[in-house]
Amino acid sequence: MRFYEYESKALFRRHGMPLPKSGLAREAADARRIASEIGGPVVLKSQVLSGGRMKAGAVRFAETPDQAAAHYEAIVPIVVNGQRCRAVLVEEKKGIAQEYFAAITWDGRRKCPVLVFSDMGGIDVEEVAEKHPEHVSKTHFSSLFPITPRIAKEAIGATGVTGDALNRLTPIVFELMRVFLAYDLTLAEINPLARLEDGRFVVLDGHIDMEAEARGKHKPLLAELAIAPEETRQAREATPFEIRGAEINAQDHRGVAGNVVGFDGDLGLVIGAGGGSLTLFDAVRKHGGRPANYCEIGGNPSVNKAKELTKLILSKPGVRKIAVMMNVVSNTRVDIVARGVIKGCIEAGKKPSEVIAIFRIPGAWEGEGFKILRKYGVDYCDRSVSMYEAAGKAVAKMRA
Amino acid sequence: MAGLFIDVQVDASVAKDPALTKKLVEVCPVNIFAANDDGSVRIVEANLDECTLCDLCVRAAPPGTVRILKLYE
Ligand code: SF4
Repeated sequence: MRFYEYESKALFRRHGMPLPKSGLAREAADARRIASEIGGPVVLKSQVLSGGRMKAGAVRFAETPDQAAAHYEAIVPIVVNGQRCRAVLVEEKKGIAQEYFAAITWDGRRKCPVLVFSDMGGIDVEEVAEKHPEHVSKTHFSSLFPITPRIAKEAIGATGVTGDALNRLTPIVFELMRVFLAYDLTLAEINPLARLEDGRFVVLDGHIDMEAEARGKHKPLLAELAIAPEETRQAREATPFEIRGAEINAQDHRGVAGNVVGFDGDLGLVIGAGGGSLTLFDAVRKHGGRPANYCEIGGNPSVNKAKELTKLILSKPGVRKIAVMMNVVSNTRVDIVARGVIKGCIEAGKKPSEVIAIFRIPGAWEGEGFKILRKYGVDYCDRSVSMYEAAGKAVAKMRA
Repeated sequence: MAGLFIDVQVDASVAKDPALTKKLVEVCPVNIFAANDDGSVRIVEANLDECTLCDLCVRAAPPGTVRILKLYE
């Protein structure tokens, strides 16, 4: 889940990182007041969970408090990559001598965090890495063993930074590493990390992405930042369909039946088994199918939960059929899911045999599940049919 | 809506016995049994389809007095 810039900075502030003076404006009068308190040129930045703010005109500079208020009014209506402005951050404008980039993310291949540092700013860091590889360092570190400032120092030094700049940058980058580990982040980025004309360093912008599963663990922090539990914080705002999916999942602690993401297609997907759900989604696409959603099911959901989810997916405009597919499962009761899905179809006013394109959940109690599916005339298959073939069958049914 | 897939039947002798009611309420993992004010047992119809077919209720009562019916067989 992404944090807004002002939230990322609030977290950085907790960790003593140097930040410009700033305030959050929710109306033009706030922008005027904050600018006058800062007492000099300010930058106004739309708070959206997306890049491309500058290009969209949602970042503006003001010399006076009145100009700040006028810019506020101009910024608020601007939609950046589908994101509406939540508030406007009014921040002291600094005279910058040089921009640096520091980011930590997770390297899935090496299975540990990686610190990327550049002394050439962060705009198009990939291009910098290509054209000036000596100015970008990549440093892996352990998420299990204690970390030390030396790791940060070596990462910075590897780009040629020395002396006073190296000494001043090290504690900032080291703190970023600590923040990354302490809050189960998938991204902690400072971009740009600016050296001012007087030699001091300041964090001008920050990006934080927290592992969604870690929300429960970090409730106090999220409450402090006023991030409400219902805020999904995806790259775009959740649709009512997706919010309802999350509600269904939250209503009952048993299993998972949610994580719904809506698309434009006509085949509803009730799919599961970790990587299996991604595989199935891709298989449907590969066969030329048009998924109406991505929805996970697993871990033994209750009948009621599977039922409500099925009803939700069938209620989505454009959905003609659903495919219920999982990898081989040992901990999800096939008969329980079958009951829920069939009940959902019936309560939605549909015939299970007509609306379920395929049911492929090989696993616990599948014999019992097959009895249920047979009674309702639902097309099902066992593990002798691969996930890819099952997806093909579902797509073929859509064309029939 | 009563169970679409499962029905649970309890003999009157068991249904009226507060001690057995207590046992049934305790053992069922999905709350299919509830106690009335007089201690007799009540079936919670809304939960019937959640039955896990664990047979704990069947074993908690005298043989043959609690029956789990699969309506799909
Ligand atoms: S079989 Fe198990 S789940 Fe079903 S009613 Fe009896 S105790 Fe409850």
